[in-house]
Amino acid sequence: MSFAFSTGTFRDDYGFRNSAEGIARFPFPFTEERYMYSVNVEPHVPGPKGSAFEHPFDIDEHYLAEMAERDLVLRRDPLRCQSMPHMIQAEWDLVELVMTALARDYPQWFHLARRGDDWHWTNRPMAIDQRFTFGDAASLPCPPLEYIGRQVQGDFTLLDQREDNLWLDAGILTSQGKWSLDFDLGMNFIEWHAPVPLAHGLGVFERALKFLLALRLDGPVRRLNWSICVNPRLDTSLESYPEWGPEHFAVTPETVGHMLQLRVELQSLYRLPRSNAVAFSIRCYLISLDELRTNPAWAARFAAVLRDLHPDLLRYKALAPYRDMIIDRLTRDLT
Amino acid sequence: MTGAIPVRIGSIVQEAPLVKRFRLEPLDGRLPDFSGGAHVVVTMLDGARGRRNAYSLVNPPGDPDRYEIAVRRVADGRGGSIFLHDRVRVGDILTVTPPANLFPLDWRARRHLLIAGGIGITPFVAMTAQLAALGAAFELHYAMRSPLAGAFADRLQQLHGDAVHLYAGSHGERLPIARLIADQLLGTHLYVCGPARLIDEVRATAHAAGWPDAHVHAERFDSARPGAPFTARLARSGRRIAIETDESLLEALEREGVAIDSLCRGGACGRCVTSVAACDGTIEHADHYLSAADKASGRLILPCVSRVRGDGLVLDL
Repeated sequence: MSFAFSTGTFRDDYGFRNSAEGIARFPFPFTEERYMYSVNVEPHVPGPKGSAFEHPFDIDEHYLAEMAERDLVLRRDPLRCQSMPHMIQAEWDLVELVMTALARDYPQWFHLARRGDDWHWTNRPMAIDQRFTFGDAASLPCPPLEYIGRQVQGDFTLLDQREDNLWLDAGILTSQGKWSLDFDLGMNFIEWHAPVPLAHGLGVFERALKFLLALRLDGPVRRLNWSICVNPRLDTSLESYPEWGPEHFAVTPETVGHMLQLRVELQSLYRLPRSNAVAFSIRCYLISLDELRTNPAWAARFAAVLRDLHPDLLRYKALAPYRDMIIDRLTRDLT
Repeated sequence: MTGAIPVRIGSIVQEAPLVKRFRLEPLDGRLPDFSGGAHVVVTMLDGARGRRNAYSLVNPPGDPDRYEIAVRRVADGRGGSIFLHDRVRVGDILTVTPPANLFPLDWRARRHLLIAGGIGITPFVAMTAQLAALGAAFELHYAMRSPLAGAFADRLQQLHGDAVHLYAGSHGERLPIARLIADQLLGTHLYVCGPARLIDEVRATAHAAGWPDAHVHAERFDSARPGAPFTARLARSGRRIAIETDESLLEALEREGVAIDSLCRGGACGRCVTSVAACDGTIEHADHYLSAADKASGRLILPCVSRVRGDGLVLDL
């Protein structure tokens, strides 16, 4: 893939735009005309060339813009990156996982040379050249989780496995969809999913947890999750709600097309070797309704999903006030 | 789905009278790293017959050029250990699964108390190496029949000195379980691996002493026991598969090309759980995964360890 990195922004003037290629490779989440929770997990195996699934960690045209946004958020709120002391091995596991994957899949941008514990990492787009000792946190300019998290798109949590549960004991999150790492840190899988409606009654989380506890080193998995957001904003955390909350009032039938975004999370999970923890990557993709309309089949399907969406999900995904407006925008003049 | 890794036998060392240590080397590339307590499933080709056994990794983590397993020769087992002991030679090629860990350390522990009985020492060999590399506090108490029978005893003592305590039954030495458990700092985690009798005693003693159950970890890693032959019929295809005395239901299904997902092969992880449509006899549940209600229902079986006493069963496959 060859492209120029975009210089869009995810706040203030919201300069974020998808190119035509970016739209074509958008991970559209709906496989049928309706949506309900399920254990929609599948092996995270390489997908079609050029797609968002081609590589385990997708680097796209927004790479540098997202890394600049992450830096901004972390400077303002350092608690977006937290790790409990017992997660240090998992942090290093993640460094290895991401660096080896990026160097293998994007050799034009990333390079990793390792001799024993002496590692040499090169990130050309970000102009980083770093020699360090694997396992020695003092040899990096910041803790390992933050170091690698600042160089790869998507949020990460590290889940400790014990007592037949997964515990959210570390994470770096600057693009979370309406939740808070600082609040959820230390919770287990059932606890941090507590606010989700309906799925508990369906037994989704019990089954998903059992599945993830048996996650294999050679068997990463993925699923797509979706919601909406107003404006192409990555940082829709609870901490920054005062900044983005009021923007909802600006959505009108005239502005909904460019303001409202379908927000898709490509979530992938990896067993980590030394810590036996699980790495959870939450890679966020945004597309405005007007961009979505360039693909009439997607627009029609999204409208159909919204038309029949369960009222509890409409509320949980904060869709209720906009549903009719969105459907109208998606279907009007559509051929 | 399982990515089998071909490995060459690099060396075979007699670790104790009944225990051999096999060094497994990659044919190319790096072996994935692992955590102390992890195991691999070794696939052996005995003629046309595939055998699969799970073994703890006993080398220190962090070496991409080797795995090591320790195998105790079990004369009355299903034959996998006998095959490894008597038939496998240096230079032979086997395959292993990537490591998985069903007996992990709790990284929050302020101190780790490890109790091993006999060949139950194997998960602790890599665990102690990883703990020592991290500078974590631990002590290992290892009971063996006799000094000669204690695999890894000398090496562990050389590596970890005073942290290692050995008890030889032949010298009248016994694990002082009650004292060990009574005298620990808050924040200690306890790990036990060995015969079921030892595990039960340690668990009961810790529970009675007021330990939180979440601080007590045991490796109950029973491999399938040999048993009487029976028949499995597949409901969808109508095929009949005969399960021999020395193979598990899972191995028999795999031999016949029936795809069953599996991980631990020891009744712990639940990956291979299979629906039972009917049973002519009694399912002898040998797993630690299904709930008592599931077992009583007779509708589910873990084919890796459980068998049927009677004529056979019909699987929903």
